[in-house]
Amino acid sequence: MTGYWVSIVTEDWRYRMVTPPKGDYQSVPMTMESRKVADAWDPAKDEAAGEQCKSYGAAGIMRIPERLHISWQDDNTLKMDIDAGTQTRVFHFGDWKSPGGEATWQGDSVAQWDPPRGGRGGPEAEGGGSSGSLKIMTTHMKAGYLRKNGVPYSANATMTEYYDVVRERSGDLWLILTSIVQDPQYLREPFMISTHYRKQADASGWDPTPCSARW
Amino acid sequence: MGPYTVFRKMVRIFMTTRIHIPDRSMTRARALGAATAVLGLLLLAGVPAVAEVDLSGSWAARNHEDSQLRFQGPSAVDYTGLPLNESGRARALSYSQSQLAEPERVCLFYAPYYMMIGPFGIRMWSEADPHTGTVISWQIGGWEDRAPTTIWMDGRPHPPKNAPHEKGGFTTGEWEGNVLTTYTTHFKAGYVRRNGAPTSDEATMTEHFIRHGDILTITTLVDDPVYFSEPVYWSRTFQLEPTPIPAMGPPCIQGDEGTKEGVVPHYLPGKNPWVDEMTTKFHIPREAVLGGAETMYPEFRKKMKDKYVQPDPCKRDCLGNQGGAAALAVQ
Repeated sequence: MTGYWVSIVTEDWRYRMVTPPKGDYQSVPMTMESRKVADAWDPAKDEAAGEQCKSYGAAGIMRIPERLHISWQDDNTLKMDIDAGTQTRVFHFGDWKSPGGEATWQGDSVAQWDPPRGGRGGPEAEGGGSSGSLKIMTTHMKAGYLRKNGVPYSANATMTEYYDVVRERSGDLWLILTSIVQDPQYLREPFMISTHYRKQADASGWDPTPCSARW
Repeated sequence: MGPYTVFRKMVRIFMTTRIHIPDRSMTRARALGAATAVLGLLLLAGVPAVAEVDLSGSWAARNHEDSQLRFQGPSAVDYTGLPLNESGRARALSYSQSQLAEPERVCLFYAPYYMMIGPFGIRMWSEADPHTGTVISWQIGGWEDRAPTTIWMDGRPHPPKNAPHEKGGFTTGEWEGNVLTTYTTHFKAGYVRRNGAPTSDEATMTEHFIRHGDILTITTLVDDPVYFSEPVYWSRTFQLEPTPIPAMGPPCIQGDEGTKEGVVPHYLPGKNPWVDEMTTKFHIPREAVLGGAETMYPEFRKKMKDKYVQPDPCKRDCLGNQGGAAALAVQ
């Protein structure tokens, strides 16, 4: 799973590759309260409040067209650098406890292999494909956007993710992310999507950019 | 093959074979004990070998992505995120929706990958050899318009290159760890998007079935040397559904809907009247609307940055874009 990965955007194209119009929330099981919040979306206000990273929080960032760089920070910590918004997610294995404090865009993420194997040295099948999944549970996120045009998730949202690596006949490796966001305030049902990335041989195309509230 | 499958096979072998040791034959009870011991060793060693996961059940589609494409359908010309080459684009632009009125083409939307581009749930079950209990095939049924897909698990080869093609193609599968990987060939030409973006009869499809508790993620790679410059890839999420999804839906029935014989509705090159609909309505640049592999990569987003102006909120004919209703699970 370590290395560079690139988003291949074949789904939700109009919602990921451009900032969709205000009021266009197709596919998201929003509550009425959520729609009201989204209808009031104002990127200028976010910029003025220094919150231009609201769509780059853990529950939204994985849908942005981007590149990932996954590496081990230490034996029990997997790090995911993301060039879009220049963000870093950190996945903690073992008996990690959140330090508490203020919520952050990327929240607190606890990781485990499924089936369980401990930290580094998780399941990797012959040839690089995975024989198991990486499961991530994320909490303590600062409220943000599921989509660029202000579809909100609250500070009480939680997210479960499964990362799987599959090998295609061409030999290419693909990272498959299944994510489930739960937020009783803004979602009528768990928001389930899957997103895919293709492995790169090197850092080609890696282009860290700052957060943008409008693009 | 997982430890329990190994155990079952060993028991079967021991029960049907007399193993001779110097002075006496091993009794069945001892054979069972030996198999159990081997199973214990396998489990203690944590041998993952090849796992098999039970995929059987009814899986409701969670249409939380691409719901317009999967429900209402795409704009008449919207090839964004499709790796069409020049031939594929030309073929797509020649397509007229009136072709659906022709008996020869009315069912062309139901290629095997329709499971991924349509809105329906699926039902999966396995069929086993009645004598050995070995899974011979997995079946995927439950969505409308076409017969269940059979995934052959018994190692049989694909048909010869020039064998006839069927609507559903020919699919084989194998377990790779906990993932069922399938490969489909020999399916007929079809449409990869419900606006005429084509696949040829030389296309092939590779799928992975990945189960996480009550969630099933399926990935599909469709490669087409005729109309794509690189493969298209989708991933979708399904959830285990207690209400059974029918194993077979109503079939797509070919019928004459009145198209004049000998006429194929089409647009000549440069004459498709819908080519600017996405640009007018959503401000998507034409170069994106017409697709191509470039449109799948993050760089393309950066390329559009200075060309795209966010449209005003939609006031009418908004295709259910208010969220919610269209996102419901569909069986």
